[in-house]
Amino acid sequence: MHQLWLIPAFPLLGFLINGIFGKKFSKRAVSLFAVGSVLLSFLWVVKTLMAISPLETLYTEHYFTWIASGAALNIGFDLSVDRLTSVMLLVVTGIGSLIHIYATGYMAHEPGPNHGGYYRFFSYLNLFMFFMLILVLAANYLLLFVGWEGVGLCSYLLIGFYFVKKSATNAGIKAFVVNRIGDFGFSLAIFLIFIQFGSLDFQKVFAQAGGLADEVQAGVITATCLLLMVGAAGKSAQVPLYVWLPDAMEGPTPVSALIHAATMVTAGVYMVARSAPLFNHAPIAMEVVAVIGLLTAVMAATIGMTQNDIKKVYAYSTVSQLGYMFLACGVGAYSAGIYHVMTHAFFKALLFLGAGSVIHALQGEQDLRNMGGLRSKIPVTFLTLLCASLAIAGFPYTSGFMSKDEILVAAHHHSPAMFWIGVITASMTAFYVWRALFLCFFGRYRGSAHPHESPLVITLPLGVLALLSILGGFFRVPVWLEPVLGKAPEGHDPALVIISVAAGLIGIFLAWLFYVAKPGLPDTFARALKGLYTLVYNKYFVDEAYDAVIIRPVVDGSRTVLWKGFDVGVVDGIVNGVGSVSRGVGGILRTLQGGSIRNYAALTLLGAVLVLAAVAFTGGAQ
Amino acid sequence: MSGNFEPTGAELLRFLPEIVLTLAATFLMVLEPLTDRGAKRALPAIALLGLVVALFSAIMAQAQPGLAFSGMIVVDGFTTFFRVLVIAIGILTILISTNYLRQEGSEGGEYYALLLFSIAGQCIMIAANELIILFIGLEASSIATYIMAGYLRDDKRNNEAALKYFLLGSFATAFLLYGIAWTYGLTGTTNLSRVREVLLSPASPDTFLISIAAGLMFVGFAFKVSAAPFQMWAPDVYQGAPAPVSGFMSAGPKAAAFAVLLRVFLTAFEPVKERWEPLLWWSALATMIIGNFAALRQGNIKRLLAYSSIAHAGYVMVAVTAHSEIGTTAAMFYLAAYALTNLGAFALVTHVARHNERYVEVNDFAGLGQRQPVTAALLTVFLLSLIGVPLTAGFFGKFYIFRAALDSNLVWLTILGLLNSALAAYYYLRIIVVMYMQPPSETEEDDLLPMSAGIQFTAWFTAAAVIVLGVYPSLVLDFAGRSAALLR
Repeated sequence: MHQLWLIPAFPLLGFLINGIFGKKFSKRAVSLFAVGSVLLSFLWVVKTLMAISPLETLYTEHYFTWIASGAALNIGFDLSVDRLTSVMLLVVTGIGSLIHIYATGYMAHEPGPNHGGYYRFFSYLNLFMFFMLILVLAANYLLLFVGWEGVGLCSYLLIGFYFVKKSATNAGIKAFVVNRIGDFGFSLAIFLIFIQFGSLDFQKVFAQAGGLADEVQAGVITATCLLLMVGAAGKSAQVPLYVWLPDAMEGPTPVSALIHAATMVTAGVYMVARSAPLFNHAPIAMEVVAVIGLLTAVMAATIGMTQNDIKKVYAYSTVSQLGYMFLACGVGAYSAGIYHVMTHAFFKALLFLGAGSVIHALQGEQDLRNMGGLRSKIPVTFLTLLCASLAIAGFPYTSGFMSKDEILVAAHHHSPAMFWIGVITASMTAFYVWRALFLCFFGRYRGSAHPHESPLVITLPLGVLALLSILGGFFRVPVWLEPVLGKAPEGHDPALVIISVAAGLIGIFLAWLFYVAKPGLPDTFARALKGLYTLVYNKYFVDEAYDAVIIRPVVDGSRTVLWKGFDVGVVDGIVNGVGSVSRGVGGILRTLQGGSIRNYAALTLLGAVLVLAAVAFTGGAQ
Repeated sequence: MSGNFEPTGAELLRFLPEIVLTLAATFLMVLEPLTDRGAKRALPAIALLGLVVALFSAIMAQAQPGLAFSGMIVVDGFTTFFRVLVIAIGILTILISTNYLRQEGSEGGEYYALLLFSIAGQCIMIAANELIILFIGLEASSIATYIMAGYLRDDKRNNEAALKYFLLGSFATAFLLYGIAWTYGLTGTTNLSRVREVLLSPASPDTFLISIAAGLMFVGFAFKVSAAPFQMWAPDVYQGAPAPVSGFMSAGPKAAAFAVLLRVFLTAFEPVKERWEPLLWWSALATMIIGNFAALRQGNIKRLLAYSSIAHAGYVMVAVTAHSEIGTTAAMFYLAAYALTNLGAFALVTHVARHNERYVEVNDFAGLGQRQPVTAALLTVFLLSLIGVPLTAGFFGKFYIFRAALDSNLVWLTILGLLNSALAAYYYLRIIVVMYMQPPSETEEDDLLPMSAGIQFTAWFTAAAVIVLGVYPSLVLDFAGRSAALLR
């Protein structure tokens, strides 16, 4: 036993301590427990992974039987690790630790009682870590689902952290409701898996997956995988369920970095990669995954080019990058997808934390139009954001280059068209990220605040992440994952690499041209392509379309038919009916329950007669 | 039967918990007049010590399972499970009671002595393998509990509760005794295993007559567990008795009575099960319906919890009706889960009721979520467990009961039981709504002190146990399952 349970137990303990007693603690004590628990968890991950290596197969620890019903349903509280899990664990606890440290600086100046709920923030954050680690460590689908729902809950709580702000609570609710749709699909998938395989344990399910008849594979497995993809699309913000993620930026920036960039949103990718033995038998489902991923990547990238809120730009960028990861899974290069999960965690967490540092420096300003020229005022933030922007643009040998390249090569192997769309998206990605960088740090300062560099607790995590963004690609994840997820398609064509690098550089060049060299150009373009620009600027009116097609009819239907019709008419009628019946029954009971001992004794006697009659005459009939 | 009355060491070990409890209780009675007012605070500590020693001896006795005293006492997993349960209930009851008694100015050693006698009686019932011993245990437990219900002599409500409980309880016990007499007359023995052998033998008496004996005994047991149609006493007594005693009555005597009901009907009367199965079926259904419907409109929280206690007896009765191994396991788990939950709830009711139990209306809990968030949160945990919400012990309790019922093909009872438990959510949720969504009433003076240490410990401990069992039920379930398998 390697005591895997300790990994999630540390943050859970941190959550309990801060959640229960945090109100009475000083800020220092709260930070100590919150950061300390996550660091301990990280150290325990490192220690266990070194002890268990080489991790080529799933190592499982069984703690206790959680639910047992009938002969078939037997679900254990089992945790397991293999190489796939190891990558996720290191990312979650490693990046998690850095972001926790960062957050102690970022959240230090919240106004209001209890330092603006400082302890509440960190207890939620620790709870999130607990559920995320359960999700990653789970050895069966149900436990994974527990973590899945738990991170959803924490996401909801943290998006709406500033709950006095109406937009924040609305965003929380939106995230929660949209995720319901995905989770419904996921739970249906779990039912199907149980019906088909009689178990939810990964090992048992995957062992059986190969030996099924063709028609089962074509039918049930495809349906299961499509439903799993519905779940993944909800959690990982894919078309058509991506709409919640941009709104989720209402949460504090460390939350955006940890939950809505580096870890939780990649849970869908992890789940698909974990289910690779199922997906490999469902080529149609894989094609769907690839197409949805690609569509999401393109669509979100175009929207990202027009946004003015720095966090919104990065949010759409996250959606787009997640699309890449699904593209990788869909074309069978799961290891490339997980590779990108890792490198994306590095540079996207850095982008968000850097943006947080900018916002911090500007006392809450998020609009790119009111920034500019900050290069000299906050140099550390600038340099680190520069590293992240290089990485995401795919500058040679940065982490983003390595993983994106891996994905694009795999896509080319599958279908050259997908490769080309991916390349164009990469170009757009480079454009909007560098656009944000130029608008923020170059030119003339357009705002009115007095920018100042952030303290060390903020810049230190930025520095570490900058290093990882540049060099993190040298952790050769696809090689490491080969025993678990199989070999990625071979054949590195240097031409493909050159094309994708060139695409990134063109994007950077265009951003420079538009926003540094000729600042008048964007407006000219916006005017010339007014229709297209308005469409993209308003995010293709997807929110409005959902509102008109789904939300409005549901609300109206609920109000007129369900509430005024069914609820008032039928339900209330029944309730009132039941009410008067039970009042009547209660009345009878009350007469019987008069409090008089004589009556009670008489009733007891009557009861005894009934009992005797019952045993004497009813049972004997059999 | 051998004529040797010299007990062996192993036999004494098997009876050790009862011996320890009786000695401790007697010691307390002797000590009581000898201590002055200031030293009386030591008495609960002695009682606690006695219970802890009894708890360990119950666990030690499990190392030597078997019969004792010419087969009159049996120690098996089933015995140990319930002995540990009722002794633990005793410990928690003391922790709830000390501050209450001090507050009411009635700190006396006899309260603790009575509690220990009651628990000793319950342990005897649980371990009884013989109807006369069972009866002695039941009476010892009941008489001590009657007095506890009227412990505050000058309180009219206490007096009424005690008198009602005593008169009706004696009346019901008479049926039990009559049933025992019938059983002896028909089979020539009072030993449970022997009764079963006789009923299975070719010389078995007429099942019609045997079912009369079983029916008469059922009346006595049903009264003790407050199952329909013998539940009338419960609301009046629970409402009138001191709040900690009500909590105790809903947990300890009830668990012990279910233990003997299970043992007698699943061992001795098992051969005539087709006779009593429909009876239990109807009783279970009626108990659930009466408990839940009457609880819907209660304003007094003690009375509400009394009806809720009736309803929960109905759920356990469903598990007994299933008369299978999983049914017994489910009943055992449920009784443990319910005892923990209800003791926690009564601890907090005791806390909120304050001196002279002035605040026992549901409306007195208004605004508790703001005034004492921790109290409200803990009470919420207990209420959710009573509803049977997942991640609480109550959920798995109900889950296993209804699963056992389905496995025994009690489809309609399962459906009706589930509808009942849905109905029950209404009156528990109402308390939560009142606590969190209604402002505190204006007129009430705000004299709600922080929880006393004993109540605080009980509430936190039971809340933790409720949640742990809600996540990790096998902690108790596995042992219950192994013990249930032995019950034959």
